[in-house]
Amino acid sequence: MRDLAVRVENLGKRYRIGGRFRYRALRDTLTEAIYFPFRRLISTPRSAPGQPADEKAYIWALRGVSFEIKQGEVVGIIGRNGAGKTTLLKILSRITEPTEGEVKICGRVGSLLEVGTGFHPELTGRENIYLNGAILGMKKAEIDRKFDEIVTFAEVEKFIDTPVKHYSSGMYVRLAFAVAAHLEPEILLVDEVLAVGDAAFQKKCLGKMGDVAKAGRTVLVVSHNMGMVRFLCQRSILLADGEMIMEGRPEQVIAHYLSSCSSETAEGEIEWPKGEQAPGDDSMRLRSIRLVGPLGTTQGIFGLDQPIRVEITYRILKPVRGMRFVLGLLNQEGILAFASTNQNLRDEGVLYPGCYRTCCVIPEKLLNRGRYVVRLSAGIPGVKKLMPGQELISFAVEDSGTHGSYFPESWPGVLAPLLTWEADQRIEAEGED
Amino acid sequence: MSQETTSRPSTPSSAAPLIIIRPSRGWVSLELRDLWKYRELLYFLIWRDVKVRYKQTILGAAWAILQPFMAMVIFTIFFGRLAKIPSDGIPYPVFAYTALLPWQLFAHALTESGNSLVANQQLLTKVYFPRLVIPISAVLAGLVDFGIAFLVLLVLLLHYGIVPSMAILSLPFFLLLAIATALAVGLWLSALNVQYRDVRYTIPFLTQFWLFATPIAYSSSLVPERWRAWYGLNPMAGVVEGFRWALLGKGGVGPLVIVSAVAVLLLLAGGLIYFRRMERTFADVV
Repeated sequence: MRDLAVRVENLGKRYRIGGRFRYRALRDTLTEAIYFPFRRLISTPRSAPGQPADEKAYIWALRGVSFEIKQGEVVGIIGRNGAGKTTLLKILSRITEPTEGEVKICGRVGSLLEVGTGFHPELTGRENIYLNGAILGMKKAEIDRKFDEIVTFAEVEKFIDTPVKHYSSGMYVRLAFAVAAHLEPEILLVDEVLAVGDAAFQKKCLGKMGDVAKAGRTVLVVSHNMGMVRFLCQRSILLADGEMIMEGRPEQVIAHYLSSCSSETAEGEIEWPKGEQAPGDDSMRLRSIRLVGPLGTTQGIFGLDQPIRVEITYRILKPVRGMRFVLGLLNQEGILAFASTNQNLRDEGVLYPGCYRTCCVIPEKLLNRGRYVVRLSAGIPGVKKLMPGQELISFAVEDSGTHGSYFPESWPGVLAPLLTWEADQRIEAEGED
Repeated sequence: MSQETTSRPSTPSSAAPLIIIRPSRGWVSLELRDLWKYRELLYFLIWRDVKVRYKQTILGAAWAILQPFMAMVIFTIFFGRLAKIPSDGIPYPVFAYTALLPWQLFAHALTESGNSLVANQQLLTKVYFPRLVIPISAVLAGLVDFGIAFLVLLVLLLHYGIVPSMAILSLPFFLLLAIATALAVGLWLSALNVQYRDVRYTIPFLTQFWLFATPIAYSSSLVPERWRAWYGLNPMAGVVEGFRWALLGKGGVGPLVIVSAVAVLLLLAGGLIYFRRMERTFADVV
């Protein structure tokens, strides 16, 4: 452990299915207690000692994960939703206990799984800074010292003695992040907290994170933001289905991750037949995403001159007001090419339970050649996130010749739109004549 | 969860603690040292509960006085005047109020701490700290109300011309006993509440039942002499009798209080162990 900050060995975490979401009522235990004496009679031969009786009743959210992080290293963990990223972070932050394996951490740990944990709406900004700071593990003297800096960073000087329930959501988030950003542990564990605030504030946050990384502190960050991972991290770890698939330089790992998204969904369609596991929450769940070509068929490969119809089928489980989707397209390097939203549709009011379909058409002659990954999120702006942004399906764009050049050369740029060029005009004659 | 925090002797930054995280098995230590390290968080959580308690109420902190005071008025009318329950020669209002004071502290602390883990599930699933901080802060936050209500008692004593003897010096001990009782039961209930939400609905019944099992409206001298020590198995009986003795000089603090103290210690030790054992699954189950 000489220059190591974190050493993870064969780490595993097992959950009882549903156990994460459901609590037990006394009657369940009573029923089990009554059945218990008869269990032997009913069930088939018992499983090996130490093993749960029914392996199917459990899932491994994380298994056999081992890695090391040196002091001062900045490491990004990527993977799809449900790959075990958050579970890993929760174990490292000592929020939940591993089922097997061991972790050694050398240094003072600060973990940020969420900004604004423990904020109380009735308390003022000032009071919440102290409360939240204490919850994150800061000493009072430390908060005293950083207080002015936090307030300035959050840009809430005028409202510091107003209860935060009167804050706008932007102010609230800024204050929450400001406290978190001034946490100075030796090892920082961060979970995607940067997905907050407006663009300008996000940029500020990113800058702050960069400072933390440069200050020689050890950082472990879980993120969906490939750009951020590339920008901040020296190393990246890819998790899939609770296992570590790859570790290495961020560019390589990101490329591998994005291509693995595609191999699973090569046919231009992805479906979630089992409602429970589909992306979304208890009010909205996705059912399928289909990429449709000009002939109305599902395609995994598109020509540059073909429009791409992204059909999103989803189920509304509870009435939802003001929901919108945000669709983003990432290229192979993880750079966001653009994002688009069906904001105009959301003004139509309440969606009642049922199955819905929305379509987004990506026009022809816009994308460059190469692979793109569709990233989708859903939410009610300023109210609630229904589905965090996640990469769901990918497709390839092939062909040459239509993005402005007739040569089959590789064309630079994330996009390669066909723009209008006016005919060459001779404005002024020169030389002879 | 088993963490061993030791300093590394050989490396330059020897101040850096080494944390080991591994699955815990069997008995776990109470990690009271860890609790001490988080005393500032404990302070802030108590402070939050106190600050927030009477926010957006018209009467504010007056509730701290009104609750025991109204209870005293009702007790005096029904039990003192109508039922004519003997009060060992003490004016019934003082007799009842002296008992209601620790009782309200206990009942509030019990309710608050019993629901505390569920009410703070946001914290449980997002941040690490010794989980004991939560029920303890919920119990201690009630002390402010107790302090306010105590002032009313002083006024009552003055009004009835009762001068406490030196026995009043033992009051902190009985206060501690009341807190320990509330914490002991609160630990059990809060940990159970994480798994079984039935607990939330049990608490009101429990406190109501306990109220009648405690000598508040009546005196423990109603209990036959030879059973009286066993009455101490209800620790609140010891607390209430202790309060009356310390403040009014009536009753006695014989075997009953000792039985109560022992009962509380056992209940508290059991509560701590049970809480620590269940703690490892809180974040997954809550």
